[in-house]
Amino acid sequence: METVRTQDISANDLNFKIEYHHDRCTMCGSCVAACTFQAIEAVMERRSVTVSTGSQPDPTQRHLAVPVIRQKTTLANACVGCAMCEKVCPNKAIKPVRNEDTRHNLLARSGGPLKRGGRTNLNAQRTLDNIIIGRISQMTDPSLDSERHTFDILAPFGRVLLPQELPLTAENGELKMSAKTPPVHWIYPVIFSDMSIGALSTRAWEAVSLATAYLNEKYHLPVRMCSGEGGMPVKLMESEQLKYMILQIASGHFGWNRIIKAMPRMKVDPAGILIKIGQGAKPGDGGLLPAAKVAEHVQAIRGVPKADLNSPPNHQGLYSIEESVQKMHLSLNAAFGFRVPVAIKCAASATSVSVYNNLLRDPYRICGGFFLDGIQGGTGAANEVSLDHTGHPVVSKLRECYLAAVKQGRQGQIPLWAGGGIGLTGNAAADAFKMICLGANGVFIGKILIQLLGCVGNERGRCNSCSTGKCPTGICTQDPRLVKRLDIDKGAQNIVDYMLALDSELRKLMAPIGNSSLPVGRSDALVTTDDAVANKLSIQYVC
Amino acid sequence: MCRIGAIKSKVPFHPSKALHLMLPQQEGHDNSGFAMVMQDLAGVFEKYKDKPLLSLACTQYGAKLVEDYMETHNFVQVSEWIPKGSKKRGLDIKAMPYYIFRNYDYPEHYRDASQQVKEDLLLDTRLALRKLLEKDEQGYVYSFWPDVLTLKEIGDPRDIATYFKLWDDNGDLMAKNVVVQCRQNTNYDIVRYAAHPFFLQGYTLCANGENTFYTKNKEYQKSLHRGYIGFESDSQNFLYTLHYVLHQLKWPIKYYKHVITPLPFDEIEQRPDKEVLTTLRQSLGHLEINGPNTVIALLPNNHMMTCCDSKKLRPVVVGGDDTTIAISSEVCGLNVILPNRNHELDVYPNEREVVVITNELEVQRWKQ
Repeated sequence: METVRTQDISANDLNFKIEYHHDRCTMCGSCVAACTFQAIEAVMERRSVTVSTGSQPDPTQRHLAVPVIRQKTTLANACVGCAMCEKVCPNKAIKPVRNEDTRHNLLARSGGPLKRGGRTNLNAQRTLDNIIIGRISQMTDPSLDSERHTFDILAPFGRVLLPQELPLTAENGELKMSAKTPPVHWIYPVIFSDMSIGALSTRAWEAVSLATAYLNEKYHLPVRMCSGEGGMPVKLMESEQLKYMILQIASGHFGWNRIIKAMPRMKVDPAGILIKIGQGAKPGDGGLLPAAKVAEHVQAIRGVPKADLNSPPNHQGLYSIEESVQKMHLSLNAAFGFRVPVAIKCAASATSVSVYNNLLRDPYRICGGFFLDGIQGGTGAANEVSLDHTGHPVVSKLRECYLAAVKQGRQGQIPLWAGGGIGLTGNAAADAFKMICLGANGVFIGKILIQLLGCVGNERGRCNSCSTGKCPTGICTQDPRLVKRLDIDKGAQNIVDYMLALDSELRKLMAPIGNSSLPVGRSDALVTTDDAVANKLSIQYVC
Repeated sequence: MCRIGAIKSKVPFHPSKALHLMLPQQEGHDNSGFAMVMQDLAGVFEKYKDKPLLSLACTQYGAKLVEDYMETHNFVQVSEWIPKGSKKRGLDIKAMPYYIFRNYDYPEHYRDASQQVKEDLLLDTRLALRKLLEKDEQGYVYSFWPDVLTLKEIGDPRDIATYFKLWDDNGDLMAKNVVVQCRQNTNYDIVRYAAHPFFLQGYTLCANGENTFYTKNKEYQKSLHRGYIGFESDSQNFLYTLHYVLHQLKWPIKYYKHVITPLPFDEIEQRPDKEVLTTLRQSLGHLEINGPNTVIALLPNNHMMTCCDSKKLRPVVVGGDDTTIAISSEVCGLNVILPNRNHELDVYPNEREVVVITNELEVQRWKQ
């Protein structure tokens, strides 16, 4: 008889249990080889078989040693439910099953605060799913034909001036520009959000940038991609395709040494600069790249040794928003000769409206966009306590910022871009459209892109191991063996296909409300069945 | 859907002509009201062309409120024309007790004021009167401007015309320009202010259609100018943008169309003036309209203008002869008042076109 050792960890204490059918298994070993977490192993198990074959009971007992696949029950090797074993098993002999009675959340802190990637697992509320596009054009205002009409699906990135501020003079019935205005680029209203080389594998990053270039050059969809903090390949910086890229500068300034050195050799200007102040997944916290992912090429791009790369929570030397505007915006504007729009990204917060108001009143007219990142944004690595317990939903905050601008007659001057959970339930077009009606000029998406590459992580605690360097899909790891799992071309193709569908779906939403250009701020097009949402967002309540 | 119309003539004509223009189109406008703005007046107002004319419908108490206000603010009444309503029974009209058309002289201390100061005074006075009368619904003030008369009423346009004796053609009420419409706003509650044409500081506008960017336009216009109020109809958006582009920004008229229905980005890219057009599109994006519309406007210099939405989902036609040109939603209206015109010269503006009729009845057309 075995003694019960209460403190021992068993599979039932973990988030996922391996369901294994010995009778189907050929012991090919594929599952063990595929499991990057070494959550399963091939072991010998003792079997005892009692057989009675005669007409009268005549039992004989045999003892066997059989090879089996078994789940490891250590926390370090806990199954994360990625199901790579199931994916590779030729005989459907093995799969992970979610364990309702897990004690993992209690036990896993033995090694310090829990760190992981992915999104918040606690704040899955979906305000956007409670909102419907309810003002359909009929009779007096006919709907458009989504297949035949032309639609202008573009959004501004850059500082827009008030009409009376424009340097226009009328000569012989023609308006002429008499001075330079801040740069504004009209781009697709969906930006590929900032995910760095480091957080992503080089192949994953390459797949996203490949999709970006393909969408631009083959389909003329002016999608822009943000580099993330951590620099860019020099070859890309010196190529024509730099014009599709938004360079990010975050508090660690990682990668900027190489960017600055590459500047004299840049053939074209980048699409923009994004100053990252904060991010929705871990507001108030800097970027986090565990040493496990700081491979040689990451060291080279960032100019750092192999170590945990923890960006500070703040940009050093910025003590107030005035300084932020004067120092960072001005210097980054100046760096590219005031030809490249410079925007700022903040985590959505109870204070977002104040920040936006300050930016709107900036006397230099150099803030070219306000990116608001909500609590449902993803990350490559964060403390779980930050992911689940800090942050702010983006929908109402975006709306408040827009209405604050409306109150001052300054809507559209600093374009609003919203992200954090866009496409969480799979339809980024619907989410984007609703955010635009609420006042966003556009949205940014990140998590959904890596999901299109094959990421299996979700908001119910599946995988989310981006921080471990063991990403089973080769997306969030720098392990050359794992990275090869990702087919760059197929991944890029998935993103392209999704974006083309998204573009059609945006038309499908614009057509019934009769609009051929983006309905920015057309809150009258939205209705909700939730009274509280109606009140908060100033849209119509319906039932 | 309503029908709109306008007549411009080298010789003054009676409002009955406007009724003849509109009544054949009644299948489309449901006969629920009558509203017109007359400009460049003749008849009883001819002698007072430079004196601001107040157009007002009110109760007795409302009239008293207005009189007191004007007196307190040193406006001096120089002339008054009060239509005596017909007492004929059975007329379909929801008449107000009093209709007052009264010319004032500017207050003494404004004699030498600049044009702009005077314009602001007239606007502020109208807004103040509107506010004064709005309490307890004592009346409606439609315009206060030299050489401009506005009449709006609820009911059957034929009966309204009978009530105001507009069929009589006795020479009292005449003008060289009339903008007209025969329907009350039917989308929402009937409000006298919601009937176009709308007027603001010399700019008159009618719009037939639906502006689906109403909320967007309204939220932006509210903070642009104190005169941009009411928003009882989405068509007011068109007037306020017209006023903003021409009067506030002082831009040439061709840019109005670029603001309300900007060219697609692809087309802007091909244009030599792409820098200006892109800048306009981004800075005035919240004044873009969407939805099916036709606009007829009358400008302070008496020029008339018409244009459509960029998908041309609402019809309009311009036609005329050497002395009179009319703009109308339907050609049947033109056929009644101008049966002998050369039909081949009729203009059906396209979705990118603007048509302006000058005081010499020159028809200018251009594509945006």
